[in-house]
Amino acid sequence: MKLIRVGAIARYTVLEAWRNRLIVIVLTATALLFVLSVFARELAVTESTRLQTALLASALRLASVFFVGLYILNGLTREFNDKVVELMLSLDLPRPAYLLGKYCGFALVAVGVAAIATIPLFLLAPPSRALLWGCSLGLELLIVAAVSVFCITTFTQLLSAAAFVTAFYLLGRSITAIQLMSSANLVANGGLGQKGGEWLADGMAFLLPRLDAFTQTSWLIDGALPTAVGSALIQTILYVALLLAAAMFDLYRKNF
Amino acid sequence: MRERPIGAVPLPLIWTLAAAFCAQLAFKGMEIQPVARAADLPPAPSTVTLRLLALGEPIGTAQLLSLYLQAFDTQPGISIPFKDLDYSRVEDWLDRVLELDPQGQYPLLMASQVYSQVPDTVRQRMILEWSFRRFLDDPGRRWRWAAHAAIMAKHKLNDLPRALRYAQELSRHATDPSVPAWARQMHIFLLEDMGEVETAKILLGGLLASGSIKDEHEARFLTERFNALEKTAEKSSKTSESQLR
Repeated sequence: MKLIRVGAIARYTVLEAWRNRLIVIVLTATALLFVLSVFARELAVTESTRLQTALLASALRLASVFFVGLYILNGLTREFNDKVVELMLSLDLPRPAYLLGKYCGFALVAVGVAAIATIPLFLLAPPSRALLWGCSLGLELLIVAAVSVFCITTFTQLLSAAAFVTAFYLLGRSITAIQLMSSANLVANGGLGQKGGEWLADGMAFLLPRLDAFTQTSWLIDGALPTAVGSALIQTILYVALLLAAAMFDLYRKNF
Repeated sequence: MRERPIGAVPLPLIWTLAAAFCAQLAFKGMEIQPVARAADLPPAPSTVTLRLLALGEPIGTAQLLSLYLQAFDTQPGISIPFKDLDYSRVEDWLDRVLELDPQGQYPLLMASQVYSQVPDTVRQRMILEWSFRRFLDDPGRRWRWAAHAAIMAKHKLNDLPRALRYAQELSRHATDPSVPAWARQMHIFLLEDMGEVETAKILLGGLLASGSIKDEHEARFLTERFNALEKTAEKSSKTSESQLR
């Protein structure tokens, strides 16, 4: 597999994002959210900067995930429906090269989105903290991009893939709380349902990345030490590798 | 579209997939287990804010708030002693839940059976008084919480005047025909020299017999609480017997 082919696919994926005005949309959304956060700051009676930073950071995080996830799902669905994938694969292009190229392109777009989303936070938080927050958001978006690629390769339908990505993200953000709460129940009946719930939560915690440990607002406003960034980096590498391998497995089995 | 056989997938890719899966499991196995940390219960938001956030779903929001509040006692993974909770805030949260869902009984059960178990008479009085005030808002539906408050006042607080006040108000306000006669005659039981277990038996037995408790979880929860009370009473009576010998 020649890297030049991967690079070409990645380049055209980034170019497509540029021409689809994704970056313009993300810039506009970031600006709008910033204006809204200024409005909220004006309403605050106390701790106005803290309130503005917290609202803006959480909104930017969600918006970034939404834009990256939806862009990838929509783009790849179109490629499958318009037989672009078949056309590509009819050329001298191995399936892994196509998938890796697409992912590399999407990863670059995700990093770009994370960078844009971090810009306004430099105005509100210490630069080192904002930078760490931005890096963590970049890692989170890399995972979201990999999940989106995997889902669309597996399901090839926008609705089912979007539902899966949403469920994955929400579970990833709440799995720690679910896991801990499943072991602390007021009505401790020790029944099968309760035990089953505990096992299910523990099992899911093994398979899902702990996204709640990523991109925390407290890093920006409370000066909390972001100790989990190293672990988030390892988790991102492992999870992206796993999802891409799974996506390739599915793509190899597809009969065009 | 039929899929190609697994044999069509190159072996190195299958190995990579298996290795990545094992690496993920190993990483999660090595990861430090999440540790729960006790956090202070924040002040309850205003009803207007909650109604705004509810997006026209006040009952669903009330249920979520109940679970949120409950999770503060048993915050993910830990049980916070109730004495560490700010009870005025707890009352505010319970009020918000009731304002969003006035027909719900969940906050009243939490107040009567969970928050009132704190080994602190000031907090016990606070939460019983809250339960009693909320009973006055809707006596027809909330009479059993006043009955429970009366028992608690007599046996946990040793405050007979308070217990009698609750019982007399219960008798005066709970005039709905659905309220059983024994509940309206609560003050008679209280004046009799009856132990806590006997009184609780009357209350729980009466509740179960009247069909007021329909939820299986609630019935089990109350029975468990009753059994625990009975065991404690047995233990203490055995101890006092052996001391007498």
